[in-house]
Amino acid sequence: MQPLELSAVDLVAAIRQGDVSAVRVAEAFLDRITSVDGAIHAFLHVDREAAIARAADIDARRKAGKPLGALAGLPVAVKDALCTADQPTTCASRMLAGFRPPYDAEVVARLRRADAVLVGKTNMDEFAMGGSNENSAFGPVHNPWDLARAPGGSSGGSAACVAADMAPVAIGSDTGGSIRQPAGLCGITGLKPTYGRVSRRGLVAFASSLDQIGPMTRSAADAALVMEAIAGHDPGDSTSLRAEVPPYASLLEQPLTGLRIGRVAEHFGPGLDPEVAHGVEEAFAAFKAAGATIHDVELPHAKYGIATYYLVAPCEASSNLARYDGAHYGHRAEPGKGHRAEPGKGHRAEPGKGHPADGVMTFESPLVEMYCRSRAEGFGPEVKRRIMLGTYALSSGYYDAYYAKALRVRRLIRQDYLDAFRGVDLIGGPVSPTPAFPLGEKTSDPLAMYLVDMYTVGTNLAGIGGISFPCGFTKGGLPIGFQLQGPALSEPLLLRAADRYQRLTDWHRRRPKLPA
Amino acid sequence: MALSRQDVAKVGLLARLALSGDDLDRMTGELSKIVGFVSQLEELDTADVVPLAHPLDTQNVFRDDEPAASLTTAEALQSAPRHDGACFLVPAVLGESGAA
Amino acid sequence: MTTSTATAAPFMTVIGLEVHVQLLTRTKLFCGCSTKFGAPPNTQVCPTCLGLPGSLPVMNRHAFDLAVRAALALDCTIASFTKWDRKNYFYPDLPKGYQISQYDLPFSSDGCLEVVDPKGAFSRKVGIIRVHLEEDAGKSMHDEAAGTADTRIDLNRAGTPLCEIVTQPDLRSPQEARAWLNELKLLLVYLGVSDCNMQEGSLRVDANVNLHIPLDGTAGADGRVAKTPIVEIKNMNSFRSVERALTYEAARQWEEWQATKEEMGKRPKQTRGWDDPAGVTRAQRQKEESSDYRYFPEPDLVPVTVTADDVAAARAAMGVPPTELRRSLEATWKISAYDADVLVNQGRDLVAWFEDLATRVGEGKVASNWMQQDVLRTLNERGGTIAEFPVGPEQVADIIGRIAQGDFDTSRGREIFAEVLASGRSVADVVASMGIAAVSDDDLIALCRELLAANPKIVADVKGGKEQAAAGLIGQAKKKNPNANPGRVRQICVDLIKAME
Repeated sequence: MQPLELSAVDLVAAIRQGDVSAVRVAEAFLDRITSVDGAIHAFLHVDREAAIARAADIDARRKAGKPLGALAGLPVAVKDALCTADQPTTCASRMLAGFRPPYDAEVVARLRRADAVLVGKTNMDEFAMGGSNENSAFGPVHNPWDLARAPGGSSGGSAACVAADMAPVAIGSDTGGSIRQPAGLCGITGLKPTYGRVSRRGLVAFASSLDQIGPMTRSAADAALVMEAIAGHDPGDSTSLRAEVPPYASLLEQPLTGLRIGRVAEHFGPGLDPEVAHGVEEAFAAFKAAGATIHDVELPHAKYGIATYYLVAPCEASSNLARYDGAHYGHRAEPGKGHRAEPGKGHRAEPGKGHPADGVMTFESPLVEMYCRSRAEGFGPEVKRRIMLGTYALSSGYYDAYYAKALRVRRLIRQDYLDAFRGVDLIGGPVSPTPAFPLGEKTSDPLAMYLVDMYTVGTNLAGIGGISFPCGFTKGGLPIGFQLQGPALSEPLLLRAADRYQRLTDWHRRRPKLPA
Repeated sequence: MALSRQDVAKVGLLARLALSGDDLDRMTGELSKIVGFVSQLEELDTADVVPLAHPLDTQNVFRDDEPAASLTTAEALQSAPRHDGACFLVPAVLGESGAA
Repeated sequence: MTTSTATAAPFMTVIGLEVHVQLLTRTKLFCGCSTKFGAPPNTQVCPTCLGLPGSLPVMNRHAFDLAVRAALALDCTIASFTKWDRKNYFYPDLPKGYQISQYDLPFSSDGCLEVVDPKGAFSRKVGIIRVHLEEDAGKSMHDEAAGTADTRIDLNRAGTPLCEIVTQPDLRSPQEARAWLNELKLLLVYLGVSDCNMQEGSLRVDANVNLHIPLDGTAGADGRVAKTPIVEIKNMNSFRSVERALTYEAARQWEEWQATKEEMGKRPKQTRGWDDPAGVTRAQRQKEESSDYRYFPEPDLVPVTVTADDVAAARAAMGVPPTELRRSLEATWKISAYDADVLVNQGRDLVAWFEDLATRVGEGKVASNWMQQDVLRTLNERGGTIAEFPVGPEQVADIIGRIAQGDFDTSRGREIFAEVLASGRSVADVVASMGIAAVSDDDLIALCRELLAANPKIVADVKGGKEQAAAGLIGQAKKKNPNANPGRVRQICVDLIKAME
């Protein structure tokens, strides 16, 4: 048997039945990582020894007849935005290079309790800010379907990892599309749960009212398996929902007849690549053929989603990232390189008044200098841009026009969904306006990069659930993604619909050609 | 909606980010463009709309006043750039408090 | 509002206070770390209060309950909907780079606490603008003497629950301010909300003060009033410092006004630090940027709703506050306002002890006298709490009862009390061993005749009109018979002398 070819569901079953050892499975995936990740760079840290040891322990316990967790022996890769006590947690930033938190994220703890085998931490856009995984301080991730293209972001490493069979399951996080969009560009399945469905404790915060952790897998059935292990109330997260966790895997077995899926005409405007549009329409047709009905719905404020998101998220991020100041952990600049003005006599060089040509700045105190230089050195350009944008939009005189305004539009966006879901059960459509784009294509224009999230930000702003999965390929062999969005706590329906689609099609079984 | 170089320098100080002259120039251009873009929200009349800060309707989440394990001092300081075994060390802060 | 008489002072001092009190919870506001004072640095910290990446806050229910209790006691309205906000600024004792506080929807507002001087010098109702709940920052320590370029940061205190109490500028003198703070402390200690210990930092005060100067020369309500720039005074470490600092600052502002005639509004509020050893306030360095805290709703916490039932339950659980207790003692036991104040200031336990005693005795004034003259005096001498006091109310009631029966007089009773306290023996035991017995009038008369015979000079003085000289015989009488009642001895001697001719 080939572990790399099995689904997570089948792997777990095979291990539990003794058909294959957890060690053999772990080794297969670790060897695969060694073999192909040089070209892809999905991983920032791989812990082979610990993974094998863990797998060996599971094998021993299985032999001794001891009870095993629901994911026993399943290799799982974890986005480097989740804290792991035994591995570095860098968020792909120089600010946290080598940082080891003294605790595990709640999701990581639940995976360990379920006896999953954590193989390593995946690459990402720095502090989860980006749509292409080109904002990593440690180098970009390459799309396994075309190494010259981006895998999407910010969970680009997790997406590429699963797409290239380096792990059957990866954990990602999604703030404006960061699970669903890279899943779409890499031909895998990615679920952003309803806000509060999965604990955020230990997820390095980007935008607290938008962030959610979710599974990235080859299939909805695999995602359902992982969700059963990671979802559920956490008293350590005040925003965590108390709702019971349904048995997602057993709820997959239901026909699609009667399912009403909405289609938003506006999605199919000029920004949408024609091959993607075609793939998406084919998916609608497939659902229809399977017994669903397709209905026109409107999300009148969806077009304001990007603007709203790019106010709410940077504002929250500017505050969440204030803790990275070189004082208690993380990168601290070496002292002494900047000039210091005398206390009370002028501070940083006045712009427009002869800013020193040599770029040497003045600071009002050694402490302020430490803050300013540590943060300037530790953060990459996109992170700095968003911190600046968020700081500006929250600042005195601008709060009402920007942040408060965005929160009002957010309510309108959420209301659009609530209204739409009165007439349909789910809303379908594209997850990304284009297939995977070449590395470097969008990096010179921040706004161009922001627009890759146009179909996904609404889900986070409204706090509802969304899943993306492959629905076709371009002529050039690039995956095309389809997204379903559902009301709060509709994960069972989202997973069921995706699973049903995946029984009727096999886009999700295709694999990129990579040197073995 | 253009930001001036001075606006950006002020924001840079608020955000504790050292910005070189080149940084300021570039950032001024980029931020002006982005702020111009997000200003499209002005098209919408939201006078009667209540801001939505939380997507949840959850309220009243509490914990009991029960002690939980703290970190050891060593764990607390394990990632500190500078410490003396008991405290974090930062450049001298003289005679002023943080908040006004 | 004032009930004190109008003065002829050239200005009116206007004072508002901002008080932070640490709540008496076992753990911090958002995590389970201990709040015990005095632990070694960085031993009461966790990912949440350290602001580690990925950490999240969860609200301490007891902290919220105590905060509501404090606000109710301060007569505030409790909001039915409240939320928390982030106050963003960079400082090494603030590890997240923001403080979780309350901005536009504090949990309570619009209250009042009155302070009444027991000697009647002033009374002042001070409005409370708001009481809100927020987390404390850590401690930064700079040892200038050590000459290092470092500041040491201890985050044990970071995350401790604080109530911030902001008053209206209703106080009119430094004395009132000090008295009001004492009243606030008494109230909050009574309710178990805080121990309000400034030395340990569980109560901190900043004061805002300026002068209102009538331009027509008299402190009347007519005519234009000039207002000096408001100054915020920080770094006062005791209630006495608050009084001294305000006194100094008012005088300083008066001098400055006369020299500059500068009125408020022209520049931003000035902050001055109180230097207690030097006895002066000093201007603090103006910050480079005026503080822009960029408040926005805290996304990691959910709002809190409070129903009328919740408020009623909180009121019921509150216990009786000091003002009510004073009134109730005065009314129930017919004691003076002054006496009630003395008792209440000692705390709930001592008041309960008193009421137990008064109930047994069946009367308040005598009980109150014994409390103040005997119980409190010896309690203060010995130290310790009333709970640890070796004598109980039933024993004092026993002594008082025997005096009432005539077994012995009050002064003898005090000696018995002292012996019971010192020896731990029962009242009956002490009475028996001290040979307490009633002395008949006949015996007293015989005793007095003896004394008069032995003290011709005193007899002569009394005959000459100095009746008080008879008091000099009391000591001798007691030596001959300790059971002799001093008052009776003196009276009988005077009578006998008068009867002599």
